[in-house]
Amino acid sequence: MSAAAGVALGVIGGAIRISTPFLFVSLGECLTEKSGRVNLGLEGTLVMGAMAAYGVSYLSGSPWLGVLTAGAAGLVLGALHAWLCARPRVNDVAVGIALMLFGVGLAFFLGKPLIGPSAPHLPAFSAGWWSGSAQVRSALQINALFVIGLVATVAVRFVLARTRWGLIIRTVGESGDAARAMGYDVARVRLLATMAGGALAGVGGSFLSLFYPGSWNEGLSSGQGLMAVALVIFARWDPLRCLAASLLFGGASALGPALQSVGVTSGYYLFNAAPYALTLAIIIATSSRDRALHGQPAELRVAK
Amino acid sequence: MSLAGADTDDIATVQLAVPPALEAIGLSKSFGSMRALDDVSLVLERGTVHALLGENGAGKSTLVKCIMGYYRADAGRVSVDGAPARIGSPRDAAALGIGMVYQHFTLVDAMTVAENLVLARRQHPFVFDWAAERTAIAAFMEKMPFQLDPARPVRTLAAGEKQKLEILKQLYLGSSIVILDEPTSVLTPAEADEVLGLLRGMVKDGRLTVLMISHKFREVMQFADEVTVLRRGRLAGRGRVADLDPDAMARMMVGDEPPRATGARQARPRGDVVLRVDSLTAHDDLGMAAVSELRLEVRAGEIVGIAGVSGNGQEELVEVLAGQREPRGGMIHVSGVGYLAGRAQMRTLMVRCLPDEPLRNACVGTMSVAENIGFRRFDRRPFRWAGALVSKGALRRHARALIKEFGIRTPGPDAPISGLSGGNVQRAVLARELSEDVALLVASNPCFGLDFAAVAEIRTRIMEARNRGTAVLLISADLDEIFALADRIVVMSDGRAVHETPIERADLGVIGRHMAGHA
Repeated sequence: MSAAAGVALGVIGGAIRISTPFLFVSLGECLTEKSGRVNLGLEGTLVMGAMAAYGVSYLSGSPWLGVLTAGAAGLVLGALHAWLCARPRVNDVAVGIALMLFGVGLAFFLGKPLIGPSAPHLPAFSAGWWSGSAQVRSALQINALFVIGLVATVAVRFVLARTRWGLIIRTVGESGDAARAMGYDVARVRLLATMAGGALAGVGGSFLSLFYPGSWNEGLSSGQGLMAVALVIFARWDPLRCLAASLLFGGASALGPALQSVGVTSGYYLFNAAPYALTLAIIIATSSRDRALHGQPAELRVAK
Repeated sequence: MSLAGADTDDIATVQLAVPPALEAIGLSKSFGSMRALDDVSLVLERGTVHALLGENGAGKSTLVKCIMGYYRADAGRVSVDGAPARIGSPRDAAALGIGMVYQHFTLVDAMTVAENLVLARRQHPFVFDWAAERTAIAAFMEKMPFQLDPARPVRTLAAGEKQKLEILKQLYLGSSIVILDEPTSVLTPAEADEVLGLLRGMVKDGRLTVLMISHKFREVMQFADEVTVLRRGRLAGRGRVADLDPDAMARMMVGDEPPRATGARQARPRGDVVLRVDSLTAHDDLGMAAVSELRLEVRAGEIVGIAGVSGNGQEELVEVLAGQREPRGGMIHVSGVGYLAGRAQMRTLMVRCLPDEPLRNACVGTMSVAENIGFRRFDRRPFRWAGALVSKGALRRHARALIKEFGIRTPGPDAPISGLSGGNVQRAVLARELSEDVALLVASNPCFGLDFAAVAEIRTRIMEARNRGTAVLLISADLDEIFALADRIVVMSDGRAVHETPIERADLGVIGRHMAGHA
């Protein structure tokens, strides 16, 4: 296999493998932000989800029970965020940052005994069955959660565009006044959207500990949750574009290791910065000096 | 009441005594220590247009919000069709067939006409079939006296079209009683007449009963059957419009207050050009051209009034002049000097600004009145002290003098400015902007939302500044204000200056047509 094909394979494989947690967190944040609220705490939710999933999978032997627990943990953290934000004179961003640190800290505290023991992993299948090469087959491992993520992308998009819930969420996110005038309880809609977003982010965390990298330790996330929140802006609040952005980001993240695997070792750390450089470049290229972001829910203001 | 077995006389009696569509009896409402509504009653007969008249702060909005269940009244009750009604929320009101069109549109700009209509409905299927919804809405539109394209995003609608959509929404919901809060405040005179004419037509067809908040006598005289007048939270009078004239209504509205005069316009020789705007182009927040190739001159000692429906580039023009927005092209000169709207330049060229929403655009709400008044000069003597320090004492003394001179009602110079009423915030900004010599004053809707006394005073100050030789650019959505103050009127439409006339030859009809872009 040529070096170029090897790198391409590595990048494609990486896109599938690394993108999953980004996809879940960005979908969750997209849903929450569509209702007019920012949840910066999803990094904490992600880590909490990873820890909870690992612990439950280890204790029960069922990784899927772990995934459900991760979702439930995300639901609870989302509810906490929404409840705090609905108090008078409380700022979304400050609460989000506090809950991010809280989630990460709590996960480290509860997860101490889980560093070391090995928990059952989530099942995966290989999309490389056609190839005789073991390298190809292992690179194209597709985890069941990635498939669930694809389904969730379509589902979130469908819910937002075509259902009663979606219409209410968008109304609340675009104009709280209009929603109130129609008799909707804005705080309640945001509570539910924040909880659903938290649940998705928690599930994303389970992927980290139960598939890739596939163990629980304190360096597991390293800011992936925060980056995913930024991806939502990059994706202009569209679930399909969240998927595209996650795949792009995942692929770029795999560039360094892929180059290394074919023997290009110089600039390894530089290539590891590729996703961030790429994100910055695209954000700059698609921004305008005097134009507001297209697609941004009107109720979404940083200082509220 | 059962009519079974009743003879013809009884039926006739019943038909004659149609209960009022809506009745509010003895409503009171206080906010903290302020009594916003004090024992007010209102009778809305079915099949009429009823005007609710009063000054800003007279309690009109509070009254209708109590009726709609938006606020809970402290005392009093409401009955619908003669039966007592418990209305705890706008939803309850809707169930009784009462709908409200709020002063600020409650449309969702990012959605289409069809989505906005469907959104307002009580019942929604879980999954929408948008094609079927659009067909149903098109069929509904056919039966209406006016139509809008269901697929258009609301963002692209003009203000008049948005108001029509709000009314369509109420008809779509099947409301038989519609309450409108100043429905024409953002419309051109022609649009206002059209919308009110359509409403009146529907009332005469028996489709609707309308309660309309207004402070425009012309509209009340022309379109309303009955009127209820409020003053300072109390019922000041009511009657049939046919029995009243504007003077009688004005007396009910303002009571025994002395007549208000705008400062007299003094004849002045033609002054030098102070502000010259050449081919100015500026974009709005969406990156669309808002001001296009605008040309404008304002001379010393004259007030140039920019008339136009809001949203035709006036806001962006003010932001460019105030330094809040970068122009995309063109030149601005003030007193012959290229003007970039920096702070130092505003000081040397003596440019001052009264922007829209002064609390947001010209003040820092959490800072004190004294600090806000000192914004232009706090880093100059006598406020600058020992090189880099700011003397709070000097700011306070300066503020005290201006608070007295401009009659700003505030607990003191150290009170946060956000606690002041709208009129007093505007007075504080006026004190800051007009306490020194001013070459160019840019004033945008300076009296919006203020009561009669504050309006008269602020207009007088602007006129006095003009009489002292200040060049004034007055941007206002209120044509009456422009006619009261301007020496020259420029109509802005679609970001361009489309019509210019000296005040002596100004014609309301011609200006209205230019505002609407039909000329």
